[in-house]
Amino acid sequence: MDVVELQLAVERLHARYAHAIDADKLEDWPGFFTENGRYRVATAENEERGLPLPVLYCEGRGMMRDRIQSLRHANIYEPQRYRHVVSSVLVEKIDLKLARSSANFMVIRIMQDGATMVFASGRYLDRIALPELKYDERVVICDSRRFDTLLAIPL
Amino acid sequence: MLERTWPAEGATRVPYWVYQDEDLYREEQSKIWRGDTWNYLCLEAELPGPKSFVTTFVGDMPVVVTRDPHGKLNAWENRCAHRGALVCMQPRGTAERFSCIYHNWTYDHAGNLTNVAFRNGIGGKGGMPADADPESQSPKQLNVSSLNGVVFGTLSKNVPDLETYVGPEVLPRLKRVLKKPLKVLGAYTQVLPNNWKLYMDNTKDTYHASLLHLFFTRFRINRLTQGGGVFVSKDGAHHCTYTEMIEAKDDHYEKEGVRSAGNQAFALEKPEVLHQVDEFGDRVSIQILTLFPGFVLHQIRNSLAARQVVPKSVDRTELHWTLFGFADDDEEMTRRRLLQANLVGPAGFISMEDGAATGFVQRGVAGSPDRASVIEMGGASVGSGDSRLTETAVRGLWKTWRRYMNV
Repeated sequence: MDVVELQLAVERLHARYAHAIDADKLEDWPGFFTENGRYRVATAENEERGLPLPVLYCEGRGMMRDRIQSLRHANIYEPQRYRHVVSSVLVEKIDLKLARSSANFMVIRIMQDGATMVFASGRYLDRIALPELKYDERVVICDSRRFDTLLAIPL
Repeated sequence: MLERTWPAEGATRVPYWVYQDEDLYREEQSKIWRGDTWNYLCLEAELPGPKSFVTTFVGDMPVVVTRDPHGKLNAWENRCAHRGALVCMQPRGTAERFSCIYHNWTYDHAGNLTNVAFRNGIGGKGGMPADADPESQSPKQLNVSSLNGVVFGTLSKNVPDLETYVGPEVLPRLKRVLKKPLKVLGAYTQVLPNNWKLYMDNTKDTYHASLLHLFFTRFRINRLTQGGGVFVSKDGAHHCTYTEMIEAKDDHYEKEGVRSAGNQAFALEKPEVLHQVDEFGDRVSIQILTLFPGFVLHQIRNSLAARQVVPKSVDRTELHWTLFGFADDDEEMTRRRLLQANLVGPAGFISMEDGAATGFVQRGVAGSPDRASVIEMGGASVGSGDSRLTETAVRGLWKTWRRYMNV
């Protein structure tokens, strides 16, 4: 893949990921990762302080499936949807098997009664396995340390 | 203002106006938060050396906590004596002194006003008169006490020392967890759409855990059939509940048909998120401890955290979570604590639901300040016991609240 092809491919990956979550296709979510891929939601504050605490952390697709199973069958939370806006995607090819990407995101949360708010903003820092184009690691760095009520659906 | 009458049933009823009345919210600030109570401020581990500071809250009041150059802990109101601006803008750091950005009035680590810019004027002109007393409006200074690395403060001169305040029922349970120097793993804030007392009575409610949190019940982490108990301080203010590690084999929840029994088909592919090492050597799997008015200490398996309740308005509360381990944790233990961070906080398999439930109460009672909660599990008493199928600790909260508020 040349530079332009890789840029397009990574942007498409980010877009497909966002559309899957926003369309409530949460069962598809683990499939965007490699089998042992990691997903970690962190805050900019903890990152800057060098503190490892995740808000949400999955090691491998199994833990991601557990998260979705739990959301579907165990956890109580008010019905809600997200709208992701992903932009400013930077892509860097490391070697034939690995690319890195950094992108901005904003997630708007829509409750069932229509209440709408900017729920989260931040950066996706990704390691992307090539050529299969799956996240080997997706770190979601939230700009704010503050979360309104709860974070159920992945960002 | 709403009609403030307490239902005739007494301890087994809590009227809904207590969550709705804005005048009452302001009264609580002076009678409870700034009154005769010890309030959680921070962990000592957040103040690593001399001249370090963090900012925090006691109720609505912004507070700076510092170590002075000799290592002594201080806490003072984050308000300039001059015009009332915040003195300290950063959440944490180190500082030689604290200067208000507005007019450069300066404070030492104990919050004493040490310099008023151009107090004596310039070239014989301007400045303050010789008998001016700006010190009379200095930031309020708190008495500070650290208990095994957890820092508390009070504005009161009447409150007993911290250990006496906590009392012999709950103090050993606090020391049980705080047995070694702590290491901060990280922090975040969960914003709750409800009055602060709804969160406190949720935390003291040992009846709800296995009914609301399917995760607890389905995976047999915390069922009322498991060994455990509740400790309530003599005055009802503080509580501690615990559950033993022994797995429940019962089918009471399945027979009762409660939602939290779950579907047998729902199993975890990766149950290591629940794997516990018995680090305290007493086979306790969960311990939840509260100190009046707004401190929670949790041990959920190997997840440890301090939760600070910060009221923001009558129907909005911030929960400041600080997750920690011990300074001597090895890599494996740190990894375990970070995996188990999935159980707690805003995205916690367990904790996310408390935010949902308490918000539902705030909204549900909107039209009924004249009605009341029924808090009658375990009768009308307040005290310790070996059953968690009780609301005794919730009654203790209200007994204490009424005493402070003269209601």
